[in-house]
Amino acid sequence: MVTGWFAGEGDDFTLLGTRCSACASVFFPREDSHCRNPGCDSGDLVEIPLSRRGRVWSYTDSQYRPPSPYVTDPELPWEPHTLIAVELAAERIVVLGQAVPGVTVADLAVGAEVEVVPGVLHEDGETVWTTWHWRPTGVTA
Amino acid sequence: MTGEVAVLGAGMHPWGKWGRGFVEYGVTAARAALADAGLEWRDIGSIVGADTVRGGYPGYVAGATFAKALGWQGARVASVYAACASGAQAVAAARAQILAGLADVVLVVGADAAPKGFFRPAGGDRPEDPDWLRFRILGATNPTYFGLYARRRIAVHGDTVEDFAQVKVKNAALGALNPYARYRKPVSAEEVAASAVVADPLRLLDICATSDGGAALVLSSMEFARRRGVAEPVRIRAVSTVTPTYPNTVLDLPDIATDSAAAVEPATGTFRASIARAAYEEAGVGPEDLSLAEVYDLSTALELQWYEDLGLCGEGEGAKLLREGATAPGGRIPVNTSGGLASFGEAVPAQAIAQVCELTWQLRGDAGARQVEHARVGITANQGLFGHGSAVIAMR
Repeated sequence: MVTGWFAGEGDDFTLLGTRCSACASVFFPREDSHCRNPGCDSGDLVEIPLSRRGRVWSYTDSQYRPPSPYVTDPELPWEPHTLIAVELAAERIVVLGQAVPGVTVADLAVGAEVEVVPGVLHEDGETVWTTWHWRPTGVTA
Repeated sequence: MTGEVAVLGAGMHPWGKWGRGFVEYGVTAARAALADAGLEWRDIGSIVGADTVRGGYPGYVAGATFAKALGWQGARVASVYAACASGAQAVAAARAQILAGLADVVLVVGADAAPKGFFRPAGGDRPEDPDWLRFRILGATNPTYFGLYARRRIAVHGDTVEDFAQVKVKNAALGALNPYARYRKPVSAEEVAASAVVADPLRLLDICATSDGGAALVLSSMEFARRRGVAEPVRIRAVSTVTPTYPNTVLDLPDIATDSAAAVEPATGTFRASIARAAYEEAGVGPEDLSLAEVYDLSTALELQWYEDLGLCGEGEGAKLLREGATAPGGRIPVNTSGGLASFGEAVPAQAIAQVCELTWQLRGDAGARQVEHARVGITANQGLFGHGSAVIAMR
């Protein structure tokens, strides 16, 4: 579904972006066919890992069940999830993601440090769909 | 000004959840605008529709749908899709035809029957579509983005949830005076605070609903207006349809990430601010000239952001402007005199047209109990998913 957006496990888990070899612009989600800098006509983009840690730009939660194509079990009560937008300093980019399960808005503050970790989006009979989660640093749960 | 077009007519279908088709809403609004202009449908040389999904067709059509419903009469036709900016871009298309001499008088129509609950992408697996991806991977609904902006304002500018609630109180009081609004009851700050949290820190009454609705305008050349004996029509002076400037560094719907500023320094000001700036430059006016503004209050907190993006106050001063009463009736620059989306809800192709209807009525002095005294210049501000700017400046 999102082939090549992340790689690795544990402490080696990273988001993957691409970087234009001509102008050094960074893209996430990855841009593989053309650089989107209007001052650059390069099409040579190389894969790079993004910084694993960043600072919270903002955060919120989803107190109501999102509609499809988000996959949830309508038989189960809705458990709100938290969303965090994270500033990565080196890449000067803000990346949105879900927080690790259990982290609520009460655990967060704008400017706090978080790190990217692997997570499970959902599981069906055949597949565990993995994704990225943001986790406050110092939290190991 | 050679760049001006006249607004000869404005009309709406009342907004709400009526359970009927978008064609009915559009035709009602169109007939109201024609009657307001004192014109017959047969007098119209061109029709521009702001698009919605037409069931059973692999795309979005509207212009010809409304033309057929009104009765085929051979008019030139166009259909425009730009998400929430569709209405403004329909106005832009009509204006371009008039200024190019392709048509003397153009009917612009937008209408929709919105689904209940959250907006969501069309069906099917579409991993090439950022709008599909943000739902599929993150469960990031529109309100979650509004929640992110609201929380950021609290952290950076010191806004409070009580400030946000006061936006709703103001807009609900105005909506109560507007016969076309869906919600026509005043709302108290206590009622906002008692409503359920949707996306922290925003509550149900901080976030606009989805609605059915329709709005229409009859636009013409200044020469046509004079021939019709309308010596001083409301005039459209600017339509801003700009895209963002790379790198766009404010996280925006439907994106999962911003552009990176690693290689190119961001331009001064945000995309939203550039929408207003382009309109001001085209119209030759500034924020100090405005009598009123209709802004895209998807959430209460976002209305405060627009105050700053329109230059009504400095960055971070939106809540202060609200607290001073400057944006309330009788204030220096009343905002959302129609009641805004807080009172109307979203009917996507219609809302930017509805904003211009409100400017028209205000600039004519026809806004009844919500009239802004001596209104001379008004701006609308709106924004279409995927980078469609949208602002209109009208004057009397």
